[in-house]
Amino acid sequence: MLLFLLVPTLIAVGTGFVDETGAFTWDTVAALGNPVVLDAFANSFGLSAFTAVVGAVVGALACYGLLGAPEDGPLRSVVDSLSGVLAQFGGVMLAFAFVATIGIQGLITVILRDSFGVDIFADGVWLYELPGLVLPYIYFQVPLMIITFLPALQALNPHWAEANATLGGNRATYWFRIAFPVLAPSFLGSLLLLFANAFSSYATAAALTSQGSQIVPLQIRSALTSETLLGRENLAGALALGMILVMFVVMSGYSVLQARAARWQR
Amino acid sequence: MRPVAHAPSRLVRGLILGSIGLVFAIPIIAMVEFTLRRGLAGGHDFSRWTALFQGGFTGPYRSVLVALGNSVGLAVGTVAIVLLLLVPTLLLVHLRFPRLRRLMEFVCILPISIPAIVLVVGLAPVYSVLARVAGSGVWTLSFAYGITVLPFAYRAIQSNLDGVDVRTLSEAARTLGAGWGSVLLRVLIPNLRRGILAGAFISVAVVLGEFTIASLLNRITLQTALVVVSKADPYTAVILSLLALTFAFLLLLVIGRLGTVRTGRRRPITGGQP
Repeated sequence: MLLFLLVPTLIAVGTGFVDETGAFTWDTVAALGNPVVLDAFANSFGLSAFTAVVGAVVGALACYGLLGAPEDGPLRSVVDSLSGVLAQFGGVMLAFAFVATIGIQGLITVILRDSFGVDIFADGVWLYELPGLVLPYIYFQVPLMIITFLPALQALNPHWAEANATLGGNRATYWFRIAFPVLAPSFLGSLLLLFANAFSSYATAAALTSQGSQIVPLQIRSALTSETLLGRENLAGALALGMILVMFVVMSGYSVLQARAARWQR
Repeated sequence: MRPVAHAPSRLVRGLILGSIGLVFAIPIIAMVEFTLRRGLAGGHDFSRWTALFQGGFTGPYRSVLVALGNSVGLAVGTVAIVLLLLVPTLLLVHLRFPRLRRLMEFVCILPISIPAIVLVVGLAPVYSVLARVAGSGVWTLSFAYGITVLPFAYRAIQSNLDGVDVRTLSEAARTLGAGWGSVLLRVLIPNLRRGILAGAFISVAVVLGEFTIASLLNRITLQTALVVVSKADPYTAVILSLLALTFAFLLLLVIGRLGTVRTGRRRPITGGQP
């Protein structure tokens, strides 16, 4: 645990503060103020926030749809397995899937072009740039939401619905006065988890965009593998530090929300 | 089964799941269509699939098979770490040391705050030391994977743990004379099977799909092999991706089914003794 989590993290962060000779320096950290790096952080932030919100809303809707399905039934097993595959197994293969779907010769691209006369790439091919990441990211965010949010929705106590009915409440009162307030911490917690997931995701972006480094993980890749920028080897460490700071804020919020969510699940 | 009071009606359920399912099916259908294309001439056939299988996985694709073997081995190792270390620890913290719970949660969720791409920056030096002690075998990656799956496995198991009144259950079992061993094996684990299985599911899926650490540490796993193949032959890469996705899907389905079959068999026995 210590060896494989703390040591690498400390090394990753530590290298942000030393120069090539090993002396302490603020120079590499100062590189975080570089416009290119700031742009990458802004891009990562926007991409993660947008896909997390869309993924959380669509995923929560799917969870609601799944609520009535028997837990041991075939529908639930299929959805559980599919979600597991798409949320975590996707990565590189999702990139291939979207090249086949909305790539230049992709199925949807060709259908839209030949049957409807709509050229989705009229303003240039955006699949291999930042906008191209949105759809693949949503594609793995929704299943992750199903995985993380469904247990919370399932834990809703049926007695509350009965108590609500006994006291003369209708469906709307049940959802707005009971279910939503109880579920809110779980929902927001899952939302933050989705944001963190997109922010740290690397494989899909790495497989899709071979040139340019528009988001932070890709900047780290080029900083790690680049041989052209001499004297910038420790930039990877500085970028890593920046990512950890963002993740720290997000995950602190997540932790607070989880504590609140647990209040109703005791 | 009596319908849950707050569950949606059949129509609403069908509408929601149908439309989301349809949208999510499109990229998969597109992948299938892509592999059936006959090049510039147009039209569709199975020539690329038959070519791949007639050649067997011998020629240039043998590496994919080796890589798949590596990945499956890593998945088994990682699930073993989760089951043997994480599950007992979580139960112990929940029952005996509830004060440590926040700390435990913090430690378990920590790896998600440390993206794989950041971890790899620091793992490279650790692995160069490890390679001298334990060799540079692919299996050593399962330690790193044990860390990357921790938040997911933790969430799955802990949310189940929160939904079940573990304390009352174990106190009741203890009062009735059960030892800690049978409390664990016959009361707690059956009640937590859904969470434990979900944790195992997600661990397997994470390991089979892991690309970042393997690729930047230059280990050969399924995902890194696929990227290599895709550069030479995109059609074959998509075929192999489809196979890999299907394989993972079936794997998770089988694991899930195993859980329900076992409980389905047990339930009539206990129910048959009024």
